[in-house]
Amino acid sequence: MPTVFIPSALRAFTKGQSEAKINGTTIGEVLGNFAEQFPQVRRHLYDDQGRLRNFVNVFLGDDDVRSLKKDATPVNESDVISIVPAVAGGTPNLSNEEISRYSRHLILPEVGMAGQKKLKAASVLIIGAGGLGSPLAMYLAAAGVGRLGLVDFDVVDASNLQRQVIHNTRAVGRPKLASAKEYILSINPHVQVDTYETRFTSANAFEIAAGYDIVIDGTDNFPTRYLVNDVCVLLGKPNVYGSIFRFDGQASVFWAQKGPCYRCLYPEPPPPGLVPSCAEGGVLGVLPGIVGCIQANEAIKIILGKGDLLIGRLLLFDALGMRFRDLKLRRDPKCPLCGEHPTIHELVDYEQFCGVSVVEEDGRRVNPFDITAKQLAGKLAGEPPAVGRLLLLDVREPEEYQICFIPGATLIPLKQLPERLTEIDGSREIVAYCRTGKRSAQAVELLRRAGYTSAKNLAGGIHAWADEVDPRVPKY
Amino acid sequence: MPIIFEKPHLAEIQRHGEAAYPYECCGFLLGRIQANRRMVLQTRAASNQRADSPQNRYEISPKDYLRLDREARESGLDIIGFYHSHPDHPARPSTFDLENAWPGLVYVIVAVNHGKAGAITAGVLSDDRSRFLPEEIVAASDLKNF
Repeated sequence: MPTVFIPSALRAFTKGQSEAKINGTTIGEVLGNFAEQFPQVRRHLYDDQGRLRNFVNVFLGDDDVRSLKKDATPVNESDVISIVPAVAGGTPNLSNEEISRYSRHLILPEVGMAGQKKLKAASVLIIGAGGLGSPLAMYLAAAGVGRLGLVDFDVVDASNLQRQVIHNTRAVGRPKLASAKEYILSINPHVQVDTYETRFTSANAFEIAAGYDIVIDGTDNFPTRYLVNDVCVLLGKPNVYGSIFRFDGQASVFWAQKGPCYRCLYPEPPPPGLVPSCAEGGVLGVLPGIVGCIQANEAIKIILGKGDLLIGRLLLFDALGMRFRDLKLRRDPKCPLCGEHPTIHELVDYEQFCGVSVVEEDGRRVNPFDITAKQLAGKLAGEPPAVGRLLLLDVREPEEYQICFIPGATLIPLKQLPERLTEIDGSREIVAYCRTGKRSAQAVELLRRAGYTSAKNLAGGIHAWADEVDPRVPKY
Repeated sequence: MPIIFEKPHLAEIQRHGEAAYPYECCGFLLGRIQANRRMVLQTRAASNQRADSPQNRYEISPKDYLRLDREARESGLDIIGFYHSHPDHPARPSTFDLENAWPGLVYVIVAVNHGKAGAITAGVLSDDRSRFLPEEIVAASDLKNF
């Protein structure tokens, strides 16, 4: 039978034996049987996937089996197989390749080897792999941050490509996290990228955020903003804040031990529907690029411990006027979260806090005043050709009407509706529509309160019309 | 189990660390494991195979290991552990150290800061491979019943 020489490191698991006779016709077989006979060695020879650990060398006589046929190397009765430890180790110091890569950092007195090592040892959590998340992830990876966490549950959509530059055309339809991780690793393979394909909620926020030094808010909705703030205050971590709207951007660093938190600035969320999202209000593509880079800059300065941070400052950026302004922010001593007598000690229901209705029934909001696109088409088809009973009211902006409209519609933008109610004939049945059904739902509420009790909302908006009735209508 | 060194061996490890700075040095600890202690009777310098990145990586070739193992056995000794240096980094095992460690052997690390050898630590891999368990380093001259 072949003989296996056992290194001193493993003799504790072989009752002190320094050699053993083990059956087998190939290296793989012999080692497998060796691990069968002495089960405690298995963990040290093989990793979780059952592969031989890379620091385990196996010699057949004087030859490393890697230069022969590895596991398939044939073994004869009289052969001697030696298990030889590769002895290796190291430090998180920079390798030669990293020194080349980060040379432009290393020659800056404010960074240097010491600063670059701090970057390598740092971990940053980015909530959202979209408009702000794109430049954040790309530049923090390029800078050599050791570990990046990314939270996003969404899939790349064509309308993202105008600004979410970490995703490309080929990625449309793929999960954002997969697309982002691939690009990050192509920029810098030294970065450890941990992905969390989920919503960031009160149920998982502590668990996810606890393992990171810095949290960066790249989200697009108020409930998540308050959640990120609260988690950071309760965990004592810096929250690098950024937000965008059309042509305006904001950035700050909220760090409860050193300055105000988000609630000090905005104790109450805005009424739901008041502040449109990018999907509803539009955004200049380059704006999140600029604001995201400002956030990345803050994160890097936090890690290096250099420069002045945006703590206690709200940076306002106006892309159209090309101006930066700075507002002073102070910690509110009465802040319920970070003030002198805090009343908030745990995470809450942020959707409820922001007055956002929870989605019901297979993910769609069910509204008694809704009508589907197919139903609307049916009604329009049954109309007499001249003045029909149905008034189709388009509540979008004129720019959107330029893109597409449903034939026969009358355009009265939502903002103007209160003053132009007199133009609406109360004897007609009214169906209001917008892009996806959100603004028109508000219009219907307004109309019903004003006495137009027949008003209904096209659920899903002109998008639903394009999906269900007329595929020639473009979606935007 | 405490690990017992003669003073010259500790000094030799520090000297090797300083000589190799700014690169990592590495070597073998030869000796015997007794009932309740590890005795280091010889240190033997090894050549660091990671010439591509020696300031943050060390590696001893298997051929060197086999040769040392044979020599040790001829002298009636065993390879009981290894030492290496951490240039400008604490004498604390890194994640890479942990991922590559062997059970039952003691790993000694010497910190070398800006060319001067400092703290020396010793540890043995835990059974579940999750961490190093620190071991006490004892200078032989301090032992009462040596």
